[in-house]
Amino acid sequence: MDMIKVTIDGIQVEVPKGTTALEAARVAGINIPTLCYLKGINEIGACRMCLIEVKGARNLQAACVYPVEDGMVIYTNTPKVKSARKANLELILSNHDRSCLTCVRNQKCELQELSAQLGVTDIPYEGQRINYTIDESSPSIVRDPNKCILCRRCVSVCRNVQGIGAIGVVERGFKTVVEPVFDRKLDEVNCIYCGQCITACPVGALREKSDVERVWDAINDPDLHVVVQTAPAVRVALGEEFGMPIGTRVTGKMVAALRRLGFDKVFDTDFAADLTIMEEGTELLDRLNNGGTLPMITSCSPGWIKYCEHNYPEFIDNLSTCKSPHEMMGAVIKSYYAEKNNIDPASIYVVSIMPCTSKKFEAKRPELAAAGRPDVDAVLTTRELAGMIKAAGIDFNKLPDEAFDPVFGDSTGAGVIFGATGGVMEAALRTVYEIVTGKALEAVDIKAVRGIEGIKEFEVDLGSITIRTAVAHGTGNAKKLLELVKRGVKEYHFIEIMGCPGGCVTGGGQPIVPAKERMDKDIKSLRAAAIYDEDKNMPVRKSHENPSVKRLYEEFLGSPNSHLAHKLLHTHYTPRSKY
Amino acid sequence: MSRFILAEHEEKLAELNRIIDEYKGKEGPLMPILTKAQELFGYLPYEVQAHIAEALDIPVSDIYGVATFYSQFSVKPKGKYKIGVCMGTACYVKGSQLILNELIKELGVQPGDTTEDGRFTLEATRCLGACGLAPVMMINEDVYGRLKPEDVKGILDKYRDK
Ligand code: SF4
Ligand code: SF4
Ligand code: SF4
Ligand code: FES
Ligand code: FES
Repeated sequence: MDMIKVTIDGIQVEVPKGTTALEAARVAGINIPTLCYLKGINEIGACRMCLIEVKGARNLQAACVYPVEDGMVIYTNTPKVKSARKANLELILSNHDRSCLTCVRNQKCELQELSAQLGVTDIPYEGQRINYTIDESSPSIVRDPNKCILCRRCVSVCRNVQGIGAIGVVERGFKTVVEPVFDRKLDEVNCIYCGQCITACPVGALREKSDVERVWDAINDPDLHVVVQTAPAVRVALGEEFGMPIGTRVTGKMVAALRRLGFDKVFDTDFAADLTIMEEGTELLDRLNNGGTLPMITSCSPGWIKYCEHNYPEFIDNLSTCKSPHEMMGAVIKSYYAEKNNIDPASIYVVSIMPCTSKKFEAKRPELAAAGRPDVDAVLTTRELAGMIKAAGIDFNKLPDEAFDPVFGDSTGAGVIFGATGGVMEAALRTVYEIVTGKALEAVDIKAVRGIEGIKEFEVDLGSITIRTAVAHGTGNAKKLLELVKRGVKEYHFIEIMGCPGGCVTGGGQPIVPAKERMDKDIKSLRAAAIYDEDKNMPVRKSHENPSVKRLYEEFLGSPNSHLAHKLLHTHYTPRSKY
Repeated sequence: MSRFILAEHEEKLAELNRIIDEYKGKEGPLMPILTKAQELFGYLPYEVQAHIAEALDIPVSDIYGVATFYSQFSVKPKGKYKIGVCMGTACYVKGSQLILNELIKELGVQPGDTTEDGRFTLEATRCLGACGLAPVMMINEDVYGRLKPEDVKGILDKYRDK
């Protein structure tokens, strides 16, 4: 790699050619303030917060898009730079709805932090402001354009990474606003509620639709039996909300916290992930043996499902009919569990803690109601759970480690890896391989399907047949893969798709990592590594060996894909318009 | 307002498709395509934007962004008479909001919209450069100044049966 030397505030550093002044300054130990910049996603030089002085250049430059050259001399801290940055910030603040105290991002806001960092003590003029209506149309995402600073991070992630473009920049000048087309609401366009825009937003302009109050009400209702379940990815991210490093596993503390919040039972969605593998693995074998529609595509990710319904209705028959794990759990709780414990299903309230905003929408799908009432009553994101724990005054970091409640808290390593891209595939293959070949799988870790490459391929020799599989994460990659399949360039038997880049670990409901940290930390890999550690530490690592899942079949469901299993654990999909 | 049905405009659609084919794959195809579409249809209905989006394999929000950025494009149908009520400072101070309210009441449409019969489009505009006459409104090229709310009906009547 070609290395070049630059001098930044008198400090000489060596960086690869093509490095931006922003990155070079970090090497020199200087954090240049940024606002619109989001590494790899939004590098457009729009906000001009990162201005620097380059010796020999007439104008101030935006460091985030300014490649350094050999011998360049840069100043990041001159009076000229400082006053220009401050003036830009004051302009942004002058027409910003500065209601920090009641804002979802209070103390977690990049604009607030910048204001503190630059020492803004006064906003000298009040800008003209348009009063926008808050868009609460969707069950998942709330848009508040009054808080928007027009950085376009959300637009870039939605359009360029997810390949959707549900929101865009509209109008210009004073009237510029980020919103869906033609004054539509979010629930009137092709938004898949993935929430990637929320985790990209530096401020409080995008947030999840909160269900916290509903859940508190349920907990406080003496007539309700309130059951909570947690998705795999929550346990490797929740700690970040309490100051722990990215990738810390807090499974035991999370369970303890949920008990202290007053949930009657604390179950693990990983149990239902094992159940999903039984159902989905059996469905795959059935399709392979009986000429069913192939490739079969996984159905755990509601963002992906909605994307498919809008953009690829021709692939709906390819979708596994399996409900997603937490929905399966809800259905089993309101049938088998209710029956076994003599509880009226009508008085059971199922809460899912998910890394996902799209799950809020999924839970409201009318077809996901096996017992005539929703399988899942409320979905909270990892962030919302953290908020509840803080509100209850629980000192999370001091909690002891506790274990999930029995039976529906029993899971395997295969269940937990559902949280990372490739995990559902790996879990399914661990089981399908053993069922088909009758041999024990020695190499339990299937590394070929792990990692953050956009599309991964893997072939498995099952003796009688070699199955070709592929994994895609993020709907932008899903689109690439489906186009290849559609044009007949690629043929597969089994495809895993997760709607969010990285899979659930980086879902739209996860703790928000500021742009500054995202410059040198790869959140996807750090959280995924924690997921695989969790897997490695489990005594049982294959879904079909989960003793409680086996018992559920013996006592209640019969066999995978049985009539009752179909009734409770499977679903169907609805084509939706793209426009 | 009645819905725009693209299939009912066969010839124009064929013409639009010709332009799309010509510019597809080239650098910056949107400006020439949208200019043609605006010329063909008089404005850029959603259905037309969605059609272009599909043909170019880009999100419709890309097109809507461009269509709302440049003032030569319009995403709503335009009436025969465009009424612009000045909301500039001078006019505002002299009560242009009252004039606008009166127009909203008379026409039954909000600013930015067009009456059912396609006759009037109501708009709130910036300073029209006639501050001495504040409050001011324009109907196409005709300027009306020193307005009072009670003048509105009479003025509109002049255009109602033209
Ligand atoms: S977005 Fe940030 S600066 Fe704006 S009100 Fe919320 S916390 Fe305050
Ligand atoms: S939720 Fe996903 S699809 Fe919807 S606007 Fe945000 S990024 Fe786009
Ligand atoms: S909604 Fe948030 S991410 Fe999107 S442009 Fe506004 S401030 Fe930026
Ligand atoms: S212009 Fe560099 S961070 Fe916005
Ligand atoms: S303010 Fe109305 S014409 Fe100038």
